[in-house]
Amino acid sequence: MAKKLISVTVNGKLEERAVEPRTLLIHFLREELNLTGAHIGCETSHCGACTVDVDGVSVKSCTHLAVQCDGAHVTTVEGLANKGVLHAVQEGFYKEHGLQCGFCTPGMLMRASNFLKENPNPSEDEIRMGMSGNLCRCTGYQNIVKAVQYAARKLQEAPAA
Amino acid sequence: MSAVIQPADEREASLAGIGVSRLRKEDARFIQGKGNYVDDIKLPGMLHMDIVRSPIAHGRIKRINKEAALAIPGVHAVLTADDLKPLKLHWMPTLAGDVAAVLADEKVHFQMQEVAIVIADDRYIAADAAEAVEVEYEELPVVIDPYDALLPDAPVLREDLAGKTSGAHGPREHHNHIFTWDAGDLAAADAAFAAAPIKVEQHMHYPRVHPCPLETCGCVASFDPIRGELTTYITSQAPHVVRTVVSMLSGVPESKVRIVSPDIGGGFGNKVGIYPGYVCAIVASIVLGRPVKWIEDRIENISSTAFARDYHMDGQLAATEDGKILGLKVNVVADHGAFDACADPTKFPAGLFHICSGSYDIAAAHCSVKGVYTNKAPGGVAYRCSFRVTEAVYLIERMVDVLAQRLNIDKAEIRRRNFIRKEQFPYTSAFGFEYDSGDYHPALEKVLDAVDYPALRAEQAARRADPNSPTLMGIGLVSFTEIVGAGPSKMCDILGVGMFDSCEIRIHPTGSAIARMGTITQGQGHQTTYAQIIATELGIPSEVIQVEEGDTSTAPYGLGTYGSRSTPVAGAAIAMAARKIHAKARKIAAHMLEVSESDLDWEVDRFKVRGDDSKFKTMADVAWQAYHQPPAGLEPGLEAVHYYDPPNFTFPFGIYLCVVDIDRATGETKIRRFYALDDCGTRINPMIIEGQIHGGLTEGFAVAMGQQMPFDAQGNLLGNTLMDYFLPTAVETPKWETDYTVTPSPHHPIGAKGVAESPHVGSIPTFNAAVVDAFAHVGVTHLDMPHTAFRVWQALKAHNLAI
Repeated sequence: MAKKLISVTVNGKLEERAVEPRTLLIHFLREELNLTGAHIGCETSHCGACTVDVDGVSVKSCTHLAVQCDGAHVTTVEGLANKGVLHAVQEGFYKEHGLQCGFCTPGMLMRASNFLKENPNPSEDEIRMGMSGNLCRCTGYQNIVKAVQYAARKLQEAPAA
Repeated sequence: MSAVIQPADEREASLAGIGVSRLRKEDARFIQGKGNYVDDIKLPGMLHMDIVRSPIAHGRIKRINKEAALAIPGVHAVLTADDLKPLKLHWMPTLAGDVAAVLADEKVHFQMQEVAIVIADDRYIAADAAEAVEVEYEELPVVIDPYDALLPDAPVLREDLAGKTSGAHGPREHHNHIFTWDAGDLAAADAAFAAAPIKVEQHMHYPRVHPCPLETCGCVASFDPIRGELTTYITSQAPHVVRTVVSMLSGVPESKVRIVSPDIGGGFGNKVGIYPGYVCAIVASIVLGRPVKWIEDRIENISSTAFARDYHMDGQLAATEDGKILGLKVNVVADHGAFDACADPTKFPAGLFHICSGSYDIAAAHCSVKGVYTNKAPGGVAYRCSFRVTEAVYLIERMVDVLAQRLNIDKAEIRRRNFIRKEQFPYTSAFGFEYDSGDYHPALEKVLDAVDYPALRAEQAARRADPNSPTLMGIGLVSFTEIVGAGPSKMCDILGVGMFDSCEIRIHPTGSAIARMGTITQGQGHQTTYAQIIATELGIPSEVIQVEEGDTSTAPYGLGTYGSRSTPVAGAAIAMAARKIHAKARKIAAHMLEVSESDLDWEVDRFKVRGDDSKFKTMADVAWQAYHQPPAGLEPGLEAVHYYDPPNFTFPFGIYLCVVDIDRATGETKIRRFYALDDCGTRINPMIIEGQIHGGLTEGFAVAMGQQMPFDAQGNLLGNTLMDYFLPTAVETPKWETDYTVTPSPHHPIGAKGVAESPHVGSIPTFNAAVVDAFAHVGVTHLDMPHTAFRVWQALKAHNLAI
């Protein structure tokens, strides 16, 4: 199948690759760039384990083509920490026991970080709705809600420079 | 030496041992995208496998044409059962004593059965090639209902078993019959029923559901033809058992088979079995001499890997007029699908279903389980429960409610009257289990007080009295007893291997340690909690104790993680291995301090000379001495291995209460409140326990309120994506209230019982009881799950309660 050259900025680094037009973004990230943080759970956009940021929007990369990202800025869980300092959502998930098997966690973190940009001071119901595109089989969400609340508090106390 | 000695309580706190809500050691890699799951593994020269699956549920394979698939550039091989036959690998033994097709041999027995495999350069080409394989079928009549399967003229499903009048579990009475298994004393139960003034009975179906972990199953198989060594990275809850089975199947000596379970994205029983995909990837790697990766997609996972439940149950209770239960009888027809691939201890084809006398003192009991073949996928795993315990708890809790309603006795009161009393422990049930410990009455009262049970019942009465109320209110109350920690090898084995578990601990010269176990965490946090046990036993900070599991080349042999067996069995092995080290350390310390061992006291992290706090040696001091200059006659080093064969199971219990409000117009059920009290004995890490309980309750909520695997008459599975199969989001999931009591296990070295499955086992009948209770005032004693809005609305209509 004829390949198409794309340029994508992933976690701040420009990547140029020739890909098949049918290549899914999740496979581009995992197989081409070896960024295996985002996972594949369902291939139908339901579980959210593959969630990444594309130009500031949460995207389920299992149903998004790599060629759609030509020229885009993509952030994955590997790009969430800043120079070795954990992002507030990473710290929140750790401190509030918001993960168990860890499989959904990269998608959860990417969604949570984006959600808190959309709504920096959410209610519990807003968190539950805002995170409802990401499934977790282990935690029952209660500690995920706490983790997002933790991150919201932390981000409000010390807004990003 | 400094004269100031840090107080013992401060030193103890710094260990982060048993009882501490220690944050998890495994989280650092997961929150930074550095987990290492099977699909993250990439080996040089690795090929990808995809599977051609049957679109029909029952049929003969007339012809398979590989040509178009093989013509696609990048395709290396297409293999069918005929290719596996010379290797005798087209069928494989199951854990239940049956055989299962690896690739369909002349016939397909269920929709999505594996028919052929393709191996290609990447997963896209493999998927193209799987589409291009042409298979022609002759359709055969399909059997979906297990009762139909037992009719005299039912189609023969398993032609390969023709003429076999007995199976692994006794005589077969019909061509679609697998086994009939009995427990208890039928004559005694019949006598109890004959003499009893009150008898109730109830039929119920526990639907077929799927554990559906977020990570599907898969493996990377890598055979090195030069060394003759096979390495397989696999999504397995039992890697050591996989090694034994792979060696037996492939003929590769077990010493040259290495099975690695890396990070596992949830298991819940789904990753206990050995699936055709694993076997095929291994064969492909051996045949092609290159690594082969196979990762199933979600539809394949739900359709073909192990389901749970599918028990059609008839329960009967005999009782006195004041509600004292005198006898229990249960008959089950168990739909096992096309191959009997239940993952149970070998001697128990219905698992530990005979825990179905529950938390109650019942003098006479009997159960009979009949396993049946149908045209559905094989399985029958314990979905977040010990073997068939979920079904058993559901049965007895439903029956006790049915009896309470018949006698108009409050559902809390009938439990009080029938509980095994504290002084009866250890208690031997009518089925022969010896319950290790329990204290049910105070736990029940604690929950009833916490929710103000009388006020809830008063509110419910008021609601029922109001014909215009837009909602029905239901209260579900369940008092469950689990049986976990399989198990004593005199009772429990898998393919002949006793169900012990193991631990090896090595203390390094500078006082840090590494420990390896035969279990494998899938989110339970073993790397955190196991270290806490060692920290308390040996006085080494848990922070410097590395825990490793899952690699059969380094870990001692163990039976794996399922059935809440990690803490009861491996957790005990850890304590016992630590105590061997402790005993040796005491000898070394006595030598160092020039006193006799009997003059030493152990305190938190050190041996000290009795009566003189200034004379002591810490475990780190002892470790250095063990490698530097051990006492004469003592071998150097400080390590131990222990294989723990538990003397008994453990019996965690709990009291759960749920309040629901059902919308009479839509049938939607709102969980207003869910209160869960668990008693898992000694609590190692309360934070992790609570997390496990939240997760188990949520999975229980999913089963009770939405999960099912419906089939049409042709055997098509009508819901095999996450569009159709219910996994709750944060929005639907209720908020959980948790509580606990502590009744340690008397036979476990640290008194722990296991916890992660109790909330699943206990919550499902609680949700169910709450929904049924909302209808109790119109005489409803039972409604089958799942309680989707549509099904509840149908019940509202049927009982003239809809508005």
